[in-house]
Order: sequence, then C-alpha cells, then structure tokens
Amino acid sequence: MSGPNNSYDPVEVTPLKAEAVDAMREAAVAAIAAAADLGQLKQVRIEHTGDRSPLALANREIGALPPQARKDAGQRIGRARGEVARALAARQEVLEAEHEERMLVEETVDVTVATDRRPRGARHPLTTGAERVADVFVAMGWEIAEGPVIEAEWLNFDALNLGPDHPARTMQDTFWTSPPENHVVLRTHTSPVQARSMLTRTPPIYIACPGRVFRTDEYDATHSPMFHQVEGLAIDEGITMAHLKGTLDHFAAAMFGEGITTRFRPSYFPFTEPSAEVDLVCFVCRGTAVDEAGDTCRTCRGEGWIEWGGCGVVNPRVLVACGVDPERYTGFAFGMGIDRTLMFRHGVEDLRGFFEGDVRFTTAFGTEI
Amino acid sequence: MLAPVSWIREYVELPDDVTTDALAARLTALGLKLEAISRTGEGITGPLVVGRVLTMEPEKQKNGKTINWCTVDVGDANGTGEPQGIVCGAHNFAPGDLVVVVLPGGVLPGGFAISARKTYGHVSAGMICSAAELGLGQDGDGIIVLPAGAGEPGDSAFGVLGLGEEVIEFEINPDRAYALSLRGVAREAALAFGAPYTDPVLRDLRTGEAADGTAYPVEVDDAAGCPVFVARLVSGFDPAAPTPAWMQRRLQLAGMRPISLAVDVTNYVMLETGRPIHAYDADAVRGTLRVRRATAGERLTTLDDTERVLSPEDLVVTDDSGPIGLGGVMGGASTEISASTTRVLVESAHWDATTMFRTGRRHKITSEAGKRNERGVDPTICAAAADRVVELLVELGGATAEPGTTYVGAPPAPATIPMLADLPARVTGMAVDADTTVAHLEAVGCAVSRDGDDLQAIVPPWRPDLSDPFDLVEEVARIVGYDAVPSVLPTPTAGRGLTRSQVLRRRVGRVLAGAGLVEVVSFPFTGEAALDALEVPADDERRDAVRLANPLAATEPLYTTTLLTGTLGAAARNTGRGAPGVALFETGAVAFASDVAAPLLGVDRRPTTDELEALLAAVPRQPLHLAVVLGGVRENAGWWGAGRAADWVDVVGTVRDLADELGIEVRVANDQRAPWHPGRCARVDVVTADGTLVPVGHAGELHPRVVARLGLPARTGAAELDLDVLLGAVPDAVRGPVFSTYPVAKEDVALLVDAGVAAGDVERALRDGAGALLESVRLFDVYTGTGVPDGRKSLAFALRFRAPDRTLAEGEAAAARDAAVAVAAERTGAVLRG
Ligand SMILES: [Zn+2]
Repeated sequence: MSGPNNSYDPVEVTPLKAEAVDAMREAAVAAIAAAADLGQLKQVRIEHTGDRSPLALANREIGALPPQARKDAGQRIGRARGEVARALAARQEVLEAEHEERMLVEETVDVTVATDRRPRGARHPLTTGAERVADVFVAMGWEIAEGPVIEAEWLNFDALNLGPDHPARTMQDTFWTSPPENHVVLRTHTSPVQARSMLTRTPPIYIACPGRVFRTDEYDATHSPMFHQVEGLAIDEGITMAHLKGTLDHFAAAMFGEGITTRFRPSYFPFTEPSAEVDLVCFVCRGTAVDEAGDTCRTCRGEGWIEWGGCGVVNPRVLVACGVDPERYTGFAFGMGIDRTLMFRHGVEDLRGFFEGDVRFTTAFGTEI
Repeated sequence: MLAPVSWIREYVELPDDVTTDALAARLTALGLKLEAISRTGEGITGPLVVGRVLTMEPEKQKNGKTINWCTVDVGDANGTGEPQGIVCGAHNFAPGDLVVVVLPGGVLPGGFAISARKTYGHVSAGMICSAAELGLGQDGDGIIVLPAGAGEPGDSAFGVLGLGEEVIEFEINPDRAYALSLRGVAREAALAFGAPYTDPVLRDLRTGEAADGTAYPVEVDDAAGCPVFVARLVSGFDPAAPTPAWMQRRLQLAGMRPISLAVDVTNYVMLETGRPIHAYDADAVRGTLRVRRATAGERLTTLDDTERVLSPEDLVVTDDSGPIGLGGVMGGASTEISASTTRVLVESAHWDATTMFRTGRRHKITSEAGKRNERGVDPTICAAAADRVVELLVELGGATAEPGTTYVGAPPAPATIPMLADLPARVTGMAVDADTTVAHLEAVGCAVSRDGDDLQAIVPPWRPDLSDPFDLVEEVARIVGYDAVPSVLPTPTAGRGLTRSQVLRRRVGRVLAGAGLVEVVSFPFTGEAALDALEVPADDERRDAVRLANPLAATEPLYTTTLLTGTLGAAARNTGRGAPGVALFETGAVAFASDVAAPLLGVDRRPTTDELEALLAAVPRQPLHLAVVLGGVRENAGWWGAGRAADWVDVVGTVRDLADELGIEVRVANDQRAPWHPGRCARVDVVTADGTLVPVGHAGELHPRVVARLGLPARTGAAELDLDVLLGAVPDAVRGPVFSTYPVAKEDVALLVDAGVAAGDVERALRDGAGALLESVRLFDVYTGTGVPDGRKSLAFALRFRAPDRTLAEGEAAAARDAAVAVAAERTGAVLRG
C-alpha cells in the first residue's frame, strides 16, 4: 500500500481520472449486462469487483493523491463501485429468476406414473363399525362393556331367564364345550356381558356391549357360525320403553342419517318383557319402498322397513337373578347384528366377505367407516 | 303357521272390506308376524274343470315311454258334451277317476297356454293336470286324482281345488302357542278388528252327546306329566272312506299332507283347536291304557319306524304289551291306524310342556304335535277336541260313537296375577289409564277384578305363557299399539368414556394399518391337524385347547390357542388368489382349556360372592392376542427400481415400532419356538417399570417347512403377541423429556465378537458401560468377510455422548467410549477392531 505522496501531481494518476473511472464503470456495467448466466456473472463479478479489478486497483491509488484531491477521487470511485454493485445485484436477480424458471421446466416429471412403493394397510370394517357404534353410545354418556366369548352357561342362559328347558334355547343353536357337564358354552349373544355388569356394578348402568358371538349355523351368504352383535342395557330408576325408543331412534339416526327412525313390533325374547322387534326406516328409499328409478327398493325389498334387531324392557326375573332390585329399578335392553348392519349400510351381499380375509375386501373400507 | 283366510273368517265375522293384506298387517302389529301371503292358483285362467276318465289306452312309444290315450268326460265344459280326447303321460289313475282338466284356451302358471295339438299320433285337446303344473306343490309324480264325489264332470275345478284361497303364513313366537291354531289366530283377528268371535271348541257338537261313563280303561300314574287324559272310541269306521276334498284342501293349505281320513281328522282338529290328538287302532291295543314314565332302556318303535331307547324322563302310553306311544310326541307303530282299522281309539291328553320339550330334543323328533305340546296347549279343551274328532269320524267315516268318555285328571287352575293398574304406563311410558288396562286384559281373555289400584287377573286357559305382571303389560301394550310408544332419550349420569384398553386397541389397529398391514377377522375354529401343520409340539401349552362338544366340522373341534391358525390361513388364501405379498394383522381372543365345571346356579336371587367366584373361575382363560404376518412383496418394484420382499426384519421391526408407538420398552432375544425358523425367532419381552421382563410373544421368520406346507411366499414372517400383557405395560403418563442443547460428541466403534454372540447383548453392555453421558447407541453395520476371522463377526456401533450442562471436554467422550467397550469385552468377549 502506498503512503501519501505529496510530490505527485494528481493529474498524473491516470486511473483516477474521471474519464478512466467512467470507462471502468462502463466496462463493468457492460460486462454485467452481457453475462448470459450465473456462471458468467460470477466471472464478471471477479473481474470487475474483485481485488484485482480495475476499480479496486484504482481505489488503491487514492492514497497517492494529494489530500485535496482524495475526496473527489474517492467519491468518484465509490459512486462507480456502487453503480457496478447495483448492476450486479440486479443482473443476479434476473439471472437467478431465469435459472429457476429453466430448472423448474427441466425438472418437470410425469406425475401420472405409479407411486405405490408400499402396499396400503386397512382396518377391518367390523372393527371400525363396532367403534363407530361405540362412539355413538359414548357420546350419550354410556360405557362400552366387554366380556369373554367362551362363557358360563348360567351367564349365557339361566341368568337371562333362559332356563334349561326354555323353548327359546332352541332358537339359539349353541356350541357347547366338552364335556357339556362343565356348563361352558360359546356365547350365543353378548348378553352375558350385561349379566356380568349387573352382577358387578351398581345402577345406574348404561352400557353397550359389542363383540363376537357364535351359533351353530351353517356358513353361507347370510349365515355364519361366528358373527358380531352390539347389545345395549340401561338400568336406572324410571326407565321405560319410551327411553328405549328414544335411544334406538338416536342410534339409527347416528348410523344411517337424520330422519331414519325406528318402529316396534311385538315379539318375544326371554330376556325382556314386553319385547319388540325393531325395524329401521329403509335408509335407501327412506320408507317409500321404491328406488330413484321407481322400481321396488332392493335394500328393503319394497317393504320400506329393514329388520334391525330385538329389544324390550328387561324382564324383572333377570334383574332378580343379577342382583338388581326390581322394585326400585327398571331397564331396557336391545341387540342387533353388526355384520348385518354393515351389510345393508354398505351393500355387502355376501356375509363371507367379512371372514375370508381377502385384502381386496378390507382395503375398500379404509381405516375408518 | 299357515292360516287360510277363509278358515279364519269361519270363526270371526270380519267386515268384507278387510283385505288380507290389512288383516296380516294388523295381526303383525299384535305380535303374529307376517312371513308371507300366498294365493293359490295365481296365474291360472280359462277353463279348468273337473273331468271323469272314461277310457285310457296305454300306448308304448318309440322313445320307450308309455303314454295314455284317454277320453275324459268334461260335461258341457267343452261346449259339445262329447268326451274329450287327451294324451296323458302319468299312470297314477284309472278309468272312473275324477281328475282336473285344463281345456284349450286355458293358461297355467308361468304363462303356459293350452291349445289342442297333435302329439304321439293323436290330437290332444287339453291336459290332465298335476299339482305342480297348477303351482300347488312340488309333487310332480302324477296327476291330481280328486276324491270321489269331489264334483261333477264339467264343474269348475277352482272351487274343488280351493284355488283363489289366500293363506297367511305367520311366524309364531314361543310365547304365543295359542296362535298355532285357527282358534287362536281368529281370536287375534277378532281382537284386531273388534269383530264378533265364535270359539270353535264351544259350539254344539252333533255327536258329542255321550259324555258320561267310561269309553276305554285308562290309568295315569304320573298326573304331573299328564294332568288330563281323555279317551273316546268309535266303531264301524270305514277305513276306505276318503277324506272329503274340502278337508284335504284345508290341510294342504295349512301345510299338512292328507294321509287317510282318520289321521286327517286328528290333524284337522289339531289345526282347528290347537290340541294335538292321537288315534289308535283300538283292535291293536291290548288292555288298559296307562300313562307313566318310561323305564331306562325300554324300547319303542315309533310311527316313523324308528326304534327308540327310552329314558326314565320320557312319558309313555302303555298297554299290556308295553309302551305303545311316546306320550304327546309321537305314537307307536304297533297301534298305528291302518288300512283295515275299523275301531278308532281317540286320545286327547294334556302333557307337561317341559317333558315334551326334553323328550323331543332327546329323540330329535320335531312334530306338529310336539311343537304345540312343548309350548303349552289349552288344558281345558281335551274333551271338546276329542268330541270333535268323534263327530268328524262319524260324519265322514260312517263310524258309530261308542258311549262314554274317559276323563282322567283335571286341568290345572289358571294363574291369577296381581298387578298395579299403573304398571303398563310405568313400564311403557305410554299414557294408559286403569280402565284401558282392564279393558285390554279382558280383551285377551283375562278375568279381571279391581280393588282401587290393585288388579287381579285370572289368565285364560289358552295363555299358559302369562305368569308375571310384566307379561300382562305386554298384552296391554300390544293392544294400545307399540306405535304409540313415545321417543324419549334417557339422561345417564356422566360416563367414563372408553377404557384405556379400548383406546389403546384402536391405536394398535391404526399403527399397524398405517404401517401397511390389513386387518383380518378369522374364525377361531381349528383342529389338531392345523396345529400339526404349525409343528406345535405335543407338550406345548397351545395343545391345551378348549374342545367343542358339537363342532360344525369334525376336523375343527377346537377353539384355537393361537391366532396364527386363522391369520396364516387368510395369508395363504390371499396368496392363492394371486396377491404378490401379504401384510396382515388380526386381534382376537384365544383360549386355553379349563377343567373346572361351572356351577348351574339358581335364578331366584343374586348368586353369593362365593358362587359368583366359582362361576367366573370356571370360564376358560382367554387372553387377547395380536398376530402379524408379512410375506412376499413388501415394497413394490416400479419405475423407481427394484422392490423388496418381506423378511424377518420387517416382522421384528413391526413389533418394535408398535412397542415404541405405545411407549413400551421391549427386549428381544433369540429363541426357538414353533412355527418359527429355529435360527430366526425372537422372543419379545416387555420391560416393566421395575425393570423385570415379562414375556409378550414371539416374532420372526416362519420355519421353511411351515411356509411350504401352507403355500405362503418364501421367507414369510409372523408374530404373535399377548395384547393383554402388551397393553398392560403401557405407561399411564409419559414424563416430559429433558434434553441437553450442548454439542454432541460422536464415537464409532467396531467390535469383533464370536458369531454366536447376540448384538443385543453387546449393545446392552455398551449402554451399561458408557455411563451417564451416553445419549444413544445404534448398531449400524454387521460385517463378516475379509479381515474378520472365521467364526467371528464385526459389529459397528455409533455412540453419541452429550452432557446435560456443558460442552464435553476433550477426551471425555473417548473415555466414556473406552469404558463402554471394556464392559462389552468383559461380558461378550468383544475386541475393538483395527
Ligand atoms: Zn328401501
């Protein structure tokens, strides 16, 4: 670095002459403008703003000027360098934008190609269906009770007013475990869970009991030795059939949509008295019995109603056997098939689809229904 | 129950404008559920007439068949009065028989139009009809031969055949046995429409006058089993007398086959009154009829020619020869009505329903009589029903009623049920006042007395099902109408939501589905062969299965002890159907045998604590399991490159990932267990809060023999875990982590160990030895080959160190690393490599 040298005549420092600085600046700006891409611009930046660039070299000479000339030259150089820097930045921005645009075009892919690197998973509709049912009842303040599928005969039958010689036992063809004298069965309904709840809890009791049950039915499109039920039980002071109707109407609307209500028909179940069959307004034709094309509705076979399950007021004999005071409490109970409910909700024609384990069946339902 | 509408209307004066549909709908609303309405003769139009066969000439045809060329008198129905020439392929008739003829111009069901046509060398002008051709039944083995006197040639056959009859089929619930009769159905119809009702058992019987005295000697040893036994006798019965067409028609419409007049009459009266009747050939009965329980081992050949070994619980009717009938269930062969019976002994008895039910089940007999007797029949109509049978045998069979009626025993008194008048309102939530309650109870036949709010209802004898106040509530409610039940939501107290286990099970399902696994639901039935296929050893606890006494398939008598029987079956099914890979999971209970018998407790009170404990202790252990199967393509090949097949790493990794998701620490160790590959099987333990290990299951690659045997993709892996144990280990609340933001120090070590040393053990040793500064250890390479001696392997671990409060000083991490390696060397013989 040169120190101040007062003996120099400022006009003798050629690079600091105004014309020279202007030329450097113009050369730089021209080179910047001429840079066709970011690589060239990088080169231009080195050549015109780097340590060995004419402006940088000229700047070094300022110190050689007499003090009175330094200010002018300094300002001149500074203005030129500022202008070059601005031109560089502007050009950088333009070229970056061009570059990005070009890259985006070059990187374009065919997004329609397959992306299925890993096969998709799914949960079983019987699981998610039972969860949906559970959520409806939990939202009402009920709880979800569960119990073993292999069950004491007394809990599956006797406690529910189904004595050993009750004709209704033949309505539920039962798998017995060996030896039968051990009085253990594959539960024929989830009602033993209700019995267990009454035996171990104090009313009020509001429980829904989903689960698998077994009957000795041959396996075909509409029958299965194993199927799934959800049963409900409410035990409280002042419970009536009206509460049963209200609960099932709410359940029906939650599962099938607003406006889908239920109707009761007199029936017989040992567990309940009075007993009723519960029908559901057909959610496809909404009770009109004809479909959109004006043909007989296939879902309800033109009846406008779908058989959904059974229900009634808990028989006081059941309360007695399960230790609930029938003078103080009344209750209602209901039960319906989950498999069956899903079959008509989802238009599944063959029950066996649920149990074959073919992934094409299950994946169609995703992970929630 | 098939109820012809014309028969219903015989006992109830329904307005003419009540359609059959409306009748069925109202009865359904009352509890007799409509199954179907059928109309006989639907689809038949045009001339269908009675004809008398005049001549029939059998003619052998070239095709080997013999046809009959017949002339048939059809009266004036053909417009000429001349005999009609008709070809008929059937042979079950003879000249002189009355048959049903459809003349040209007629149409049979299915749009089958009849015209005169040339066939077998004749012009056949019409057709002689079979029941099947008229849509009246499946019996296609011949034409209909009408009973003599059924009609005159030329009469329309519609009336004779009962065509145009409407029949309602009801599903009758077990509590409404009274509706297994026209008497009962008509009573409900009267109730439904408020129409006048005539009880068929109360009418004047034309030949029922001989009520006193003994018709036949009868002794009842078991009055509890047979409270009432009525016998009557007719003689001079013409065994050849045909059953009149109207009776045959009604039997057929009601779903019964006409057999012979004597049998048909008993069936007819059963349908009419609901009371099953048995008829004996009186000449075949030896001496006094006696009702008693059978002795063990006693034998009886019943009407269906089956020899039955009797139980001391069975009720039998005996004569001097021994048992001649299984009382109330089925008669015996030795005293059966035959084609030569002229003296008919009529039995109309009331039997104990429970005995009927048990005997029917024990001997696997389902009969129309048994169905009614086991559900409960009106005990007061035994004599009336017997008289009705006698009346019909006299009227239709030319018999003479012998004087006297044997009447042993007395019907049990009907129940009296006390009830508060407001009970129906309190139970149903409907506004039902006391007057309505009384009126409706009377409408179903109860005799009601009232004292303020207290009612006493004496139930009618045909309603043995009514025993409790709540039974009466149902009667009142069904008449008020179930449609009137209001819809009111109950207001439970605050619930506790889903249980922890329920929430966690949902999470397990979502985690596995998110990892690309598909859930399956399999039947739990299995057999020894399936366990053999999995090579489960004989002494394995999985052989200790709950056995079914009545399995659907003899090859699957067990409730499974392992979910893999089902899940691997589903995997094989998918593979067989062309799936390139399977990734399945299943949750469900398995069961292990219990040899404890469950008590059969009473139901008149809550079980005691001890009784309940004994009951619950007898229920087999049923842990909830989770199974995972991964085999074949796990990652697809594609334009991006090659795919990847599942292997044991995927399975063990799935289990570890699941544990991580649940916040559970698991430890994995090499193990051997069927059905896994002995060198690729991991035992998985849960590390509990106090550091103890609890076994939770196994994971790994299946044994290649098992894979081949089941037809699974090569190297298929599986896991089975006890979900109860796994979910039980989930911490209640995770403690929020505290972590350092100071710089990390990384140290990699490569250790040489014997090939048999488990990497997990080396890792644990490093962890234990590294001290408090250790943040993580991760195995990143396993190497054998050049530079590693035979029988040894190189394990490369990445160790990360960090202090909670400062930047580590130079050498601190290295010292900790050396300490870790020292412990690994001590425990596993590891040597720092290179
Ligand atoms: Zn519909």
